[in-house]
Amino acid sequence: MEVETFHGGQNMQPLLKVEKVVKAYYAKNAAGSREKLLALDGVSFAVAQGDTLAVVGESGSGKSTLGSCISCLEIPTSGSIWFEGRDIVALAESERRKVRPRIQLIFQDPSNSLNPRWSVEEILLEPLTLQGKLKREETKQRAVDLMTQVGLSSDMFERWPAQLSGGQRQRLAIARALALEPKLLILDEALSALDCSVQAQIANLLMELQRTLGMSYLFITHDLAMAAHLADEIVVLNRGRVVEQGPAEKILRHPKEEITRHLLAAMPSLNNAARPPLEL
Amino acid sequence: MVPILEVQDLDVSYSLPGGASYTALAGVSFQLVAGEILGVLGESGSGKSTLAASLLKLLPSNGNISKGSVFFEGKDLLCASAGELERIRGKRISLVYQEPSVALHPAIRAGEQVFQVLAAHESAGKNTLRQKTRQVLGSLFLEEADRISNSYPHQLSGGQRQRVLIAQAIACGPSLLIADEPTASLDPTTQMEILGVFRTLRDQLGLAMIFITHNPALLAGFADRVLVLYGGRVAELGPARTVLSSPRHPYTQGLFQSMPQILESTDTKRKTKLPMIAGDSSAVPLPFEGCVFEPRCPDRMEDCRKREPALVNLGESHTVSCFKYGG
Repeated sequence: MEVETFHGGQNMQPLLKVEKVVKAYYAKNAAGSREKLLALDGVSFAVAQGDTLAVVGESGSGKSTLGSCISCLEIPTSGSIWFEGRDIVALAESERRKVRPRIQLIFQDPSNSLNPRWSVEEILLEPLTLQGKLKREETKQRAVDLMTQVGLSSDMFERWPAQLSGGQRQRLAIARALALEPKLLILDEALSALDCSVQAQIANLLMELQRTLGMSYLFITHDLAMAAHLADEIVVLNRGRVVEQGPAEKILRHPKEEITRHLLAAMPSLNNAARPPLEL
Repeated sequence: MVPILEVQDLDVSYSLPGGASYTALAGVSFQLVAGEILGVLGESGSGKSTLAASLLKLLPSNGNISKGSVFFEGKDLLCASAGELERIRGKRISLVYQEPSVALHPAIRAGEQVFQVLAAHESAGKNTLRQKTRQVLGSLFLEEADRISNSYPHQLSGGQRQRVLIAQAIACGPSLLIADEPTASLDPTTQMEILGVFRTLRDQLGLAMIFITHNPALLAGFADRVLVLYGGRVAELGPARTVLSSPRHPYTQGLFQSMPQILESTDTKRKTKLPMIAGDSSAVPLPFEGCVFEPRCPDRMEDCRKREPALVNLGESHTVSCFKYGG
């Protein structure tokens, strides 16, 4: 089946095309027998070059499993994930290795995703050194450039992650992801752990980077307001299935599915001052 | 109405290695009456968790309450003896923490953990307390209270764990509940559910509540009054409806403007730069003199650097500490 692309006309190939992806986990149930859990149950969508797709859903809907599958951290049970025209599910591990740098992940809590015993400089140099494309002096210069790009000063090279604020840590995580010049960034709740005023700063930085570098974003979140602001397209997941997908504005203004309406209703908002009392 | 909690001019500082000290709270005053929900809003480093800890004298050993008073049901907690505090904590004033997975003992069944709180404070016999435990859990879990009671924390969902913590908190019938970011680790649906639980408790038991959060949107339609903390100072305090819909302090205004609103996200506005407050409160050191928000303030004036603004009353018990309104 041909998955329809949302953007860019008929002949433009999407950067990422997810086709009928299934991911099954096996867990022991109370009776002690193996039980099959479908974390993803036939998920399909596409992301065009330079676009942002938001994946929203409740906890347990499969959002993070989806991120893991696309970033090659997990191999789907079945289905295909086309990235730059190649199916990364079917690739040999040695080939997949070459794709991995081009898809980078940013996690929710930068205090857990940065090695606390490494200095800022070591954290930034690691991907560059491992990649081995640059000479020693060039690596250092590239690290300085990356810091500037995310709005940090290279005076911070000697500091430890614990000495940075939450916003600075998330900027550092972004700089580390940018080091390998990815085409796709997976933002797994990348703003949720930050203070509101810092969320706006990081959101602005991400939009700016997308404009200058032309990356695509897969924004996994339960914050529908931020999804509405950042995303071109929204995919609503429920129990591992796509229940609704389309242009962000359409989904949020005219939600068709019960679950989408439910998610919208649960969204805390400053405009809710007149909300009727909540029920137990 | 007589307030059940009256905090006056509270100063709290932490001593740092090398003899320096850091002022976490300065001149914080507010009151709370029975059945009222006060939302305390602040970002990391604003002093909101220090406030919760100082009300119960639970500060870490380098924390020091240098000034002020905390009158609870007519008694100054800061002068209370250790024994008196023991009888108040968990019985008259309860705390609900952010991370239910950390706050609960991983190897003790949920029901037993609620029972232990009762056993620590009440002298009734075991059977009476068991029955009371069932009652409390039953009020929070309409169905399957028994299954929850017999489960270990890891067998429960985040929302269920948070309800167990709430059961512990209300077991002894407190008159004040302090909740420190109780919904931060939950997804929006569960978050709303837990807010509903708090609301119901307030309505049914007449509890007063201090609800600490960094997310202003949670307070809309939930809190009665909102206290905005910035750099350990009260930036703004007033009725929730007024503060949330027409904030007056430049910090509160900037904070609210930086949050995208679903209904405003039309195609023209989407993907545009969000308005933001310059700088980063936890990265920029607070100034020694003048208003603490001055370095980040878009409306700064001559006076702001010289002295700290006093709280100005704007009417309707809405107060703001900013020179724009007199100070």
